[in-house]
Amino acid sequence: MKEIKIAAYTGTFAENKDTARDLRRDEIAPALEKGENVALDFAGVEAATQSFIHALISDLLRKRGSAILDRIEFKSCNDTVRKIITIVADYMQEGAGS
Amino acid sequence: MKIHIPNSAFLGNIDPFIRGFDPAQPELLEITANEKWISVHPSVLAMLAALGLTLDPKNIHCPPLEAASRHYLVRMGLFKMLGIPSDIVITEHEPAGRFIPLAQIRTSEELTRFITDMIPLLHLEREPAQTIAYIVSELVRNVLEHAEAPNGAILCAQYYKKSNSIRIGIADTGCGIKTTITRSHPAQTDLDAIRLALMPGITGATPREGGTEQNAGAGLFFIKSIASVNRDFFVIYSGRGFYKLLKKSQARHGRLNADPFLDRHSESADMPPWSGTLVGVDITLDRTEEFSLLLDAIRDTYGAAVRERRKERYRKPRFT
Repeated sequence: MKEIKIAAYTGTFAENKDTARDLRRDEIAPALEKGENVALDFAGVEAATQSFIHALISDLLRKRGSAILDRIEFKSCNDTVRKIITIVADYMQEGAGS
Repeated sequence: MKIHIPNSAFLGNIDPFIRGFDPAQPELLEITANEKWISVHPSVLAMLAALGLTLDPKNIHCPPLEAASRHYLVRMGLFKMLGIPSDIVITEHEPAGRFIPLAQIRTSEELTRFITDMIPLLHLEREPAQTIAYIVSELVRNVLEHAEAPNGAILCAQYYKKSNSIRIGIADTGCGIKTTITRSHPAQTDLDAIRLALMPGITGATPREGGTEQNAGAGLFFIKSIASVNRDFFVIYSGRGFYKLLKKSQARHGRLNADPFLDRHSESADMPPWSGTLVGVDITLDRTEEFSLLLDAIRDTYGAAVRERRKERYRKPRFT
C-alpha cells in the first residue's frame, strides 16, 4: 500500500490543480500500474476544491473504470473533503461511457 | 473607452454602470466619477483596473476626483495599478480586517500565494474564510486556464461591516466565455454561453460528459450555488452577455437549479461588449451555510443534471 500525505503537498487548503495533476501522474498512477493499492491521507487538509479533487482522481476513474475506487483509500477526510470526493466520484461514474 | 464611476454601483444596481461603459476607441481610457460621492462594488474597481492594464498609462485620462470618498480608490490601489499619478493624500492603514486591495494574478503559484497571504487579512472565522478562499481559487483558476488573458486575473475584495458581508470582484480582459465554451458546445450569443458555463458538467475544454482530466465544468456552478444557497447576488458579464442571480426570499431558500435561467435572475444580451469576463459575488457572512450542507444539495443537483443530459442522448426505439 502506497500512502500519500496530501497536506504535505497542499497545506491546509488543497486547491492547486497542478499539484493534484502531478500527484496523480507521478505518484498515484505509477503505484496503481505496479499493482499497489493507494491510500490518500487527507489528515491536516481542512478544505479542498472540487477542481483539485477532479484533477486528482477523475482521470483514474475515466481510464481505469469505477473499480479503481476499490484500490484507492481516502483516509482522514473531514466532512467537507469527503463530500467533494463523493461528488467527483459520482459524476465521473454518471458520465462514464458518454 | 469611457467609464464613469457613479455614486453607487453594487451588484444590486450595477446594470446602469455597465450600460454606461463605452468601449469605443480601445486605445484610450477616460475615467470620470461622480463629484459628490463614490461607493462601488469591488467588481467595478476590478473592471477599471483590468481595462487600464490593457493600455499605456499615458493613454489613461482621469481628471482630479472631487468626491469626498475618493480616497477609497487610492486605498484599494486603483491608481497604483493603473500606473497613473493621483493627488489624493491618504494615511495608509494596515488593510487587515477590511479589504484586499487590487491584485493581479497571472500564475498558479501566484494564486496559491495570494490565498495563503491575503485571505487571512480579512480576519474571518474558519468557515467563511474557507468559502472565500474557495470562491477566489475557482474563479481565478478559470481565468488562468480558459481566458487567455495576458494580464491574468484582477481582483479585490471588501468587508462591509453594516451588512456583515464580503464582496468580491474578479475581472479579466481575455477571450471571453463565448469563445471558450463554443470550442465544445454551440452557443449563439454571449448570454447563451454564460448560461452553458453556469451549468454543471459543461466545459469549453471538451464536449464529453465529466470534462477532461483537468476540467470538470463545475467551478462556476459551485460559485453560483454558494451565492444561491446564501441568498446573495452573483453577477457574470462577458461580451454582450450579462447574468445576475438575484436575492431569494427565505421561502425559496435551499433549492439549487442546474439551469441558471431557472433561478430568480435578470439577464441581458445587449450590454456594451466587454472583451473578457467580469464576475462579482457577495457573501453575507451571518447567512453562510455550513459548506458541507451546500455540498449535499450540489451533489443531488449535479447528479440529476448529468443523468438528464445523458438521457437526452439515448437512442430512441423506432416504432412503426
